[in-house]
Amino acid sequence: MKKLFCLMLGLSMVGCTQSNQNNQSQKEAVIKGEEVAILTDAPQVPPAITRKHATKVIVNLETSELKMSLADGVEYTFWTFGGKVPGKFIRVREGDLVEFHLHNHPDSKMPHNIDLHAVTGPGGGAVSSFTAPGHSSTFSFRALNPGLYVYHCATAPVGMHIANGMYGLILVEPKEGLPKVDREYYVMQSEFYTKGAFGDQGHQPFSMEKALEENPDYVVFNGAVDAISGEKSLPAQTGETIRLYVGNGGPNLISSFHVIGEIFDKVHPEGSLSTTNKDVQTTLVPAGGSAVVEFEVDTSGTYILVDHSIFRAFNKGALGMIEVTGKDDKNVFSGKLEDKVYHPEGSTIQNIDEDPAPKVVAQNRAERLEFGKRIYDQNCKACHQAEGKGLATAFPPLASSDYLNADKQRAIKVILEGLEGPITVNGKVFDSVMPAQRLTDEDIANVLTYVYNNWGNSGQNVSPEDVKAVREK
Amino acid sequence: MRNLLIVFLLMIWGVCFATSTPLSVMLPPGQYRPLLKVTEDSSKRIKVESFKMDKYPVTNKDFVSFVKNNPKWKKSNVPSLFAGSEYLKLWKDDVTLGKKAPEDAPVVFISWFAAKAYCESKGKTLPTEAQWEYAAAASPTKKFAAYEDASFQKKILEWYGNPTSHPLGAVGKNDANIYGIYDLHERVWEWVLDFNNGLVTGESRGDRTLDQKMFCGSGASGSVDPGDYATFMRYAFRSSLKANYTVSNLGFRCAKELE
Repeated sequence: MKKLFCLMLGLSMVGCTQSNQNNQSQKEAVIKGEEVAILTDAPQVPPAITRKHATKVIVNLETSELKMSLADGVEYTFWTFGGKVPGKFIRVREGDLVEFHLHNHPDSKMPHNIDLHAVTGPGGGAVSSFTAPGHSSTFSFRALNPGLYVYHCATAPVGMHIANGMYGLILVEPKEGLPKVDREYYVMQSEFYTKGAFGDQGHQPFSMEKALEENPDYVVFNGAVDAISGEKSLPAQTGETIRLYVGNGGPNLISSFHVIGEIFDKVHPEGSLSTTNKDVQTTLVPAGGSAVVEFEVDTSGTYILVDHSIFRAFNKGALGMIEVTGKDDKNVFSGKLEDKVYHPEGSTIQNIDEDPAPKVVAQNRAERLEFGKRIYDQNCKACHQAEGKGLATAFPPLASSDYLNADKQRAIKVILEGLEGPITVNGKVFDSVMPAQRLTDEDIANVLTYVYNNWGNSGQNVSPEDVKAVREK
Repeated sequence: MRNLLIVFLLMIWGVCFATSTPLSVMLPPGQYRPLLKVTEDSSKRIKVESFKMDKYPVTNKDFVSFVKNNPKWKKSNVPSLFAGSEYLKLWKDDVTLGKKAPEDAPVVFISWFAAKAYCESKGKTLPTEAQWEYAAAASPTKKFAAYEDASFQKKILEWYGNPTSHPLGAVGKNDANIYGIYDLHERVWEWVLDFNNGLVTGESRGDRTLDQKMFCGSGASGSVDPGDYATFMRYAFRSSLKANYTVSNLGFRCAKELE
C-alpha cells in the first residue's frame, strides 16, 4: 500500500548513475556472519573496521524529541536520531548488508523516518522507515558506494524535521579500509532558527519565518554553541594525524569549513573517498553533504574550527577547538619573537615596555563594592537580574538568599567551578546549570563582597585571599 | 451513607450538566482548503455539509463506561487485528484508570477500530478528514484562522514542536474555537474516519502520483500553501498510521452527519 511516496530532494546523493563494475561486485559480495553496529555520539567515531569480508550489520536507531541546551541558558526542543544532535555515527564497510531498525519513541509527537544518502533505493529508505510514535520499522540495503554520507529525517515538512536536529553521518569504508590515523573525530555543522535572537534566554521555539528566509540565529558544530570548545575541545598531541569526518546537516547553509592555523594535508571533497585533494585551506561542505579532512598537527596550541563565512563564527556560534598539547616545533612555528614600536618616519626604534599595564586593585571596601558592581553587571546580571532577584524557576535569587548566606566558601566555589543539578534556595528548587566563571581572585572577591552587601544579604566581606584559599583546595 | 449521598448529588449534578450544556455542536456548511491541489476548479476549496461535532475529545472516563458495556473492547479481549499490544496502555487494567490516565483527560493509545466502534455505539461516526480540518481551521475568533492568521498557525506549530508527556491534562481547559469546540489543537492528535486517504485512491497510477506529493521535498509542489507546516504535519502523522495502531498522543472525538 505504501508505495513510492517519496521523491528525493534535489540534493540527494542516492541512486547515483554510477553503475560501474565496483557496484556490480559489491552487490554480489558474499555476506559472512552478522554483527550489531557500534554507534557513537559526536565527536566520537566508531572504531575502524578490520573485517576483510562483507557482513550483515544490524543498526538500531531511536528517534526521540528532547529539550536540551542550544547555548548557555538557551533551551530548544531537538528532534534527534539517538538522543543527541547530530545523530549517531554509523560505520559500515562497502558491500555490507545493512539491516536498519528505526524505532520512534512513544513520547514523540511526530512520525519520523530516515533517508540515508548511502542507500541506493527509493527515498534512501524514507518510505520504508516511515514510523508512527511508539512503533518500529525495518528495512535493509546494500552499501554499494564507499564514502561519507549524510542521513536525515524526510517526513513532511522535511525542512522542519531537519531544522530541529534530525541528521547524522554514515561512513561506508572502502573494502580496502582507510589509512590508519592517530585520531578520528565526528563534527557536524548545522543551523537553528529560533523565535528569539541569538542568546535570548529560556526555551526557544522553532521560527518558520527565519527558516524560510534562510536567516538562522545559530550556526553551530555538533548541535550547540561551544559543543566542542573549552573543556570539550577535541584533544590531540603534536605529531599526530587527525581525520575529521565533517558533515553539514543544513538545512539551508553551505559551510566554508576551515581550521585556523592548519592546512588540510588531504581532503576527500564532498565525502568522496575515491577523490583526494591535497594542501587545502578551506573546503566547501554542502547542506546534506560532507567532507573528510586530514592533517598532521606539528606544533602545540589551540586550533579553531570555523565556518569561514566568518560572521557565523563570530556571532552565531560556528566555532570549535582542537587543543594540541606536546612539544612545540619552533622550526615550524616560532611564536611571537619580538614586539616593537613601529615608526613609519624612520626614527630610532624603541622597544615597547615589557610589563603589561598594572591591574587596578581595590584599595578599600568602597572600591571593592564599586568594582564588584562592574563585574556583576558584566557577568552575573543577565541571569540573576539587576536586583539579584533571579528569574522564575530558571535562575535562583541572590537577594536575601539563604543558600548564598549560609556558606561563603561554597559561594566562592560555585563561581570558580560552576554548579549543576538541583539546589534549594529560599524554599524553591532550582535545577539548572551555571557555568564556571573565568574571573581573577580579585574580581571574585569584589563581586561577592558586592552581592553580600546588597539586597538584604548578610554583609560579609570576601577577600582575594579567601578566594585563593578555595581555589587551591 | 455519606458516600451514597455524594453519589446521589453527583448524579443530579451530572444530569443538570448534561442537559444544560449540549456535548456536541452544529457546524454550518462551508468550504475547507485541502492541503493538496485536488480540486478541479481554481477555488481550491472543498464543500463541507453541515454536521455535528463533539465539543470535547472522548475522555478516559467516557471510554471506561464504553468498555464496561462492550466487553469485547476490553484490553484483555480485543484481538490484535483491531488494536495493537499497547491499546489503552496507561490504564491499570480492563476497567481501572491508572495515575497516568486521569478521568477527564483524553483517552489515548486507542486504535481506529476502537474509536469507530465507540462512536457507532453512540449513533455517531468519526469525523471525516474534511470535517475535522474544517472545524479545526477555526480559532476562538475566526472561522478560517488556519489559512489567514499567522499567529494562530504559529501557536499550533509550537505545540507540534514539543514532545508529549503524561499524564495529559483535562479536556476543555483551553479556549473553545468560534464554533464552541474545544481542544482540536494543543491537546492530542485525533483519528479521522478516512485517515489513510492520502495513500490510496484505488487506482494504482493515481496512488503513485498522490504518494509523491505527500512527502519529502516534492511535497511542496502539490500543495496549496507550502507554508502551512501545521497541516503538513497532520497529514504526515495520519499517513504514518495503520488502523490497529495505538499511539501515546492520539485520541479521537465523534461527529454526526445530519439526517
